[in-house]
Amino acid sequence: MNVLNLLRIAFKALLRNKLRAFLTMLGIIIGVAAVIAMVAIGQGSKESIQSQLSSMGSNMITILPSSNVAGGARLGGTSVNTLTIDDVKAIRKQAENVSAVSPAANSSGQAINGALNWPTTIYGVSPSYLDIRKWALKDGIPFSDEDVRASAKVCLLGQTVVTNLFPNGDNPIGKIIRFNNIPFQVIGVLEAKGQSSFGQDQDDAIIAPYTTVQKRILASIYFRTIYASAVSESASDAATDEITSILRKQHRLRSSDEDDFQVRTMAELISALSSTSNLLTILLTAIAGISLVIGGIGIMNIMYVSVTERTREIGLRMSIGARGIDILMQFLIEAIMISITGGIIGVILGISSAKLITIFLSWPTLVSESSIVLSFLVCAATGVFFGYYPAQKASRLDPIEALRYE
Amino acid sequence: MDKKILEIQQIKREFRMGTEIVRALKGVSFDVFAGEFVTIMGSSGSGKTTLLNILGCLDKPTEGNYLLDGVNIGQLSRNELARLRNRKIGFVFQAYNLLPRTSALENVELPLFYNMEISHEDRRKKAIHALEAVKLAERMDHTPSQLSGGQQQRVAIARALVNEPVMILADEATGNLDTRTSYEIMALMQELNREQGKTIVFVTHEPDIAAFSSRTVMLRDGKVVKDTKNENVRSAKEALAALPVSDDY
Repeated sequence: MNVLNLLRIAFKALLRNKLRAFLTMLGIIIGVAAVIAMVAIGQGSKESIQSQLSSMGSNMITILPSSNVAGGARLGGTSVNTLTIDDVKAIRKQAENVSAVSPAANSSGQAINGALNWPTTIYGVSPSYLDIRKWALKDGIPFSDEDVRASAKVCLLGQTVVTNLFPNGDNPIGKIIRFNNIPFQVIGVLEAKGQSSFGQDQDDAIIAPYTTVQKRILASIYFRTIYASAVSESASDAATDEITSILRKQHRLRSSDEDDFQVRTMAELISALSSTSNLLTILLTAIAGISLVIGGIGIMNIMYVSVTERTREIGLRMSIGARGIDILMQFLIEAIMISITGGIIGVILGISSAKLITIFLSWPTLVSESSIVLSFLVCAATGVFFGYYPAQKASRLDPIEALRYE
Repeated sequence: MDKKILEIQQIKREFRMGTEIVRALKGVSFDVFAGEFVTIMGSSGSGKTTLLNILGCLDKPTEGNYLLDGVNIGQLSRNELARLRNRKIGFVFQAYNLLPRTSALENVELPLFYNMEISHEDRRKKAIHALEAVKLAERMDHTPSQLSGGQQQRVAIARALVNEPVMILADEATGNLDTRTSYEIMALMQELNREQGKTIVFVTHEPDIAAFSSRTVMLRDGKVVKDTKNENVRSAKEALAALPVSDDY
């Protein structure tokens, strides 16, 4: 008996009972659609976290002041002032694995342009900051080391600040804005960077030379953060070690003292965040996989009912020349057809629900080919696995008894 | 005389029921020649169903030989028996056994699906031809539920004819039908037997039906008690004509 005939026979048998075939398929459809949609959500969130992190500069190193013990009381990191320009210079000079360093002193306040005003944050940095953050200028020019030395009152505006202070599409370049009553000339506009992975609007920022911010706004010699860039992503661990030893020497810490600063790399953040989203993907896939197994059990159940109900049909087929293997193949192919048709519908449904989730809930989703191929293979395997036993039962029926079955 | 289609030599069949051994057939012998229309008669318990199963290659004798068209089935495997049923036997059952929700044409095509040597086009052609032979060609798209009992049985006969078997094996084929329809079926059987030379073995317990055949084998308690040629075969067509035209009331 050839395969084409078998396919015809199985197909016709399924068509005779469309509703039941569909209901049996439903379990598989839901299972596959769930797997595809869930994996798409998991992959999508992982992908968006990773692309955000790499847009922030994946070899970026952040140095923060750390808690310190003062008279027995531990002070929080932000209240401690330990990082100075000498630290920055020492890192720049001594650390071989570091390609760029920039201090950052920030202050929040009100930016004013004529009658318009907007609450934002000013970041006092050095020119290399833009390279470290992988941030490009959309228009204008960056400030120079000369501007830093002169504490020039120049600034670069983030997109959010531009939209709020120059709402009519006026070109901000060359205009004077005021930040906490200090006038700054706008010399450049930054590219939009979007939200950070923590939901913070990165474009809501003004960037100015650190000297200007330190002297004219903060009146402080300390920095909130130092940003550095490792020569490559793989060198970030070596760079971290170098920075730690340089800063310990700078701060004259004895070997028994704790660090009064923290060095963080993006690699830690990347692995922490992606392990979270990996866990999410595994959990979602496991749940979806369970529903696929339940779909498979549904197939087995229905195939059993079908074999019992069609005992006479089996007897007839045997009496007109079907061999045991023909009957086995017929029922197996029916089961596989149900599971594969269900799989195809499930894939379509899964992809479209992933798209709908992106459209209506604006969650990032990524339908991966591997999840489609995998769930498809699992489907076919489900059909074979759960279809085999009932099919074997059918093929072993005695035609004489099967024909007389009531 | 003609070629022997069936050779049945001292067939015995025993069943084990727990510790007891039931002997359903106790040594049955007879031959059937090509072109014969044989009825096998017997009351229930006579072993007629057991014999039918053996004749239909669904079962094998415990002892003795059964040769179908020269092939001894005693040595054949399950798969070889299936092949033999597919090529040499056309079954007609009491309960028609048509596939529900499937057109008459597809029902008739069914045996050819299990014959790899027949192409898609041939299958269709042969099925239409078989339906023409039972005068149901114009209803080939009807499903069994749209057909009367007599029509369903004619579809089943077409299914039995489609693989051009050496023998049609009917099991109480008129058992579910009223007198008029039974006679119609018997008229069709006679026509197939006379005009196309089909060999027919018809198992029944109704003497009325046996009168239409050319020979009757009578079984009782697992043995042949009578094997007679029917000298004046009753014509089913005439019997049909003799029935009251309408018994509506």
